[in-house]
Amino acid sequence: MSAAAKIALRGVTKSFGPKKVLQGIDLDVAPGESMVVIGGSGTGKSVLLKCILGLMTPDRGSISVDGEETVGFNDRSRARVMRKFGMLFQGGALFDSLRVWENVAFGPIQSDGMKAEEAREVAVAKLGAVGLGPEIGELFPSELSGGMQKRVALARAIAREPEIIFFDEPTTGLDPIMADVINDLIVKCVSDLGATAVSITHDMASARKIGHRIGMLYEGRLIWQGPVADIDHSGNAHVDQFIHGRAEGPIRMQVRKL
Amino acid sequence: MNIPLLTVLGRMSLAFLEATGAVTAFAFHAVRQAVQPPYYRRQIVSQILEIGYYSLPVVGLTAIFTGMVLALQSYTGFARFSAESAIPNVVVVSLTRELGPVLASLMVAGRIGAAIAAEIGTMRVTEQIDALTTLSTDPFKYLVAPRLIAGIVTLPILVLVADIIGILGGFLVGVYKLDFNDTAYLRNSLDFLEFQDVFSGLVKAAVFGFLITLMGCYHGYTSKGGAQGVGMATTNAVVSASILIFTFNYFITEAFFAR
Repeated sequence: MSAAAKIALRGVTKSFGPKKVLQGIDLDVAPGESMVVIGGSGTGKSVLLKCILGLMTPDRGSISVDGEETVGFNDRSRARVMRKFGMLFQGGALFDSLRVWENVAFGPIQSDGMKAEEAREVAVAKLGAVGLGPEIGELFPSELSGGMQKRVALARAIAREPEIIFFDEPTTGLDPIMADVINDLIVKCVSDLGATAVSITHDMASARKIGHRIGMLYEGRLIWQGPVADIDHSGNAHVDQFIHGRAEGPIRMQVRKL
Repeated sequence: MNIPLLTVLGRMSLAFLEATGAVTAFAFHAVRQAVQPPYYRRQIVSQILEIGYYSLPVVGLTAIFTGMVLALQSYTGFARFSAESAIPNVVVVSLTRELGPVLASLMVAGRIGAAIAAEIGTMRVTEQIDALTTLSTDPFKYLVAPRLIAGIVTLPILVLVADIIGILGGFLVGVYKLDFNDTAYLRNSLDFLEFQDVFSGLVKAAVFGFLITLMGCYHGYTSKGGAQGVGMATTNAVVSASILIFTFNYFITEAFFAR
C-alpha cells in the first residue's frame, strides 16, 4: 500500500452467486485527488463504491481508509469512519418525507447532534453553494426537477464537510447543460473542501471534467488507470473503444437476438 | 415419480427454514438496536400517531359491528336453551379474550403492515436506506426500532379501545333490539369479567403489534427489484403477519387458559 494513500484497495473480490463482479481490484487514491472509475453498465462500478463505503462486504481483499483497515469493522467503528464520507447517489436518494432543508441538515442533526436552528442555517448555506435559494429548502424533493434534486443531493453530501466524497453517476438522466452545471459544482465543492473524490460514471465528458485520474473497470478488473490527459493515448483497445463509444472493438455487448 | 416430489418438498423445507432463520436474525438485531440508545423520539411519536391514532376509526368500526353481531348471533343460539342471560357474558369474554385483539390486529396488519413494507421497501429500492448509512445513521435504529416500539405500545391501547367499543355494540343490540334491561346487561357483563380476560387480550395485542411491525419492516427492508419487489413485499408483510397472528394467538391462549 502507498503510505500516502487516502483510500487503498488490495485484491478486492466480490461475487453474487456464480457471477464474479469484482476480481481482484487494486487501487490507490491520494489525498485531495479526484479519481474517476469508468466502465460499461454492469461492470461492477457501483459494487466497488459500495464495498469501499461498507454497504457491501467484499469476499476477499483489503480496503483501508487513512491506513486503517475497514473490512470487518463493527457498527461503531463503521459509523466513525462514515463521518469522513459524503455520498451523492445516482438517483439522489433524498428522503421524500422530509423537506429539502431537512434532507441537507439530516447528517448534522441526527449524527452530529447539531441544534435544528443551527443546522438549518448550515443547510441554507450549502444550498447556496450549489446555486439554490433558501426558498427551495421549504419544498419537498418530489416538487423539484431532476437537476435540482441532484444539486440538493450534492448539498447533502457536502453538508458535514467530509474528507472523502463519492459520486455515483452524477450526471445520469440530466440534459447536457445541466450535466455540465453539476460537473462544475462537483469540481468547485471538492476543491473548496480540499476533499478526496471517487466518482463512477460512463459519461466521458463528466469524467474528463471532474477527474484528475481515470481508471477503467472491465469484467471486474481495473484494466487501465492513469492521468486524465493520458486517456486519449492509453494504448489500450478496450479504453479506446469505450471513450469513443464504438460498437465495434474488443468489448462485446451481450445482446440477445429477438 | 417420487423423486421430483421429494425434491420439491426438500426445497420448500429448506426455503422455509432459511426464511425463518432470516426473520429471527432480523428480529434479534432489531430488538437489540431498539433497546440501545440513541432513541429517535420524534420518529417514535410519529409512528405511535400513525399506528395508533390513525387506526382508531378502522378498529372502532370493526369492534362495534363485531360486538353487535356477536350479541345477535348469541341470542339466536342461546334462545333455544333459554340461556339468553349468558349473552352479556359471552360478548364480553369473547371480545376481550379473542375477537378484540385478533380482529383489531388483523385490521392494523392490513393498514399498517402494508404501509410500513411499502415505505421501507421504496426507501430500499431508491437507495434511501444506503443514504442513511452514509449519513452515519443506523437504519435499524432510525426506521425499524421506532416502528417496533410504536407497535408494541399502541396495539394494547387500540385493543382496549376496541374492547370497550365492542362491548358497547353488544350493549346497544342487547338493550335496544333484544329488550334486555340496561342495568342487568351491564351488571352481567361486569360480574363475570375477570382481570385475566382483559390482561391476556392486552398481552396478545402487544405480541401482535410486534409481529405486525416486524413483518412490515422485514419485508420492506429486504425487498428487491423496483416497484414489483415493493408490491411483493407489501403482500408478504400482510399475509405473514396475519398467519403469525393466528399462530401466536393459539399459543398465547394455551399459555393463559390451558388446564
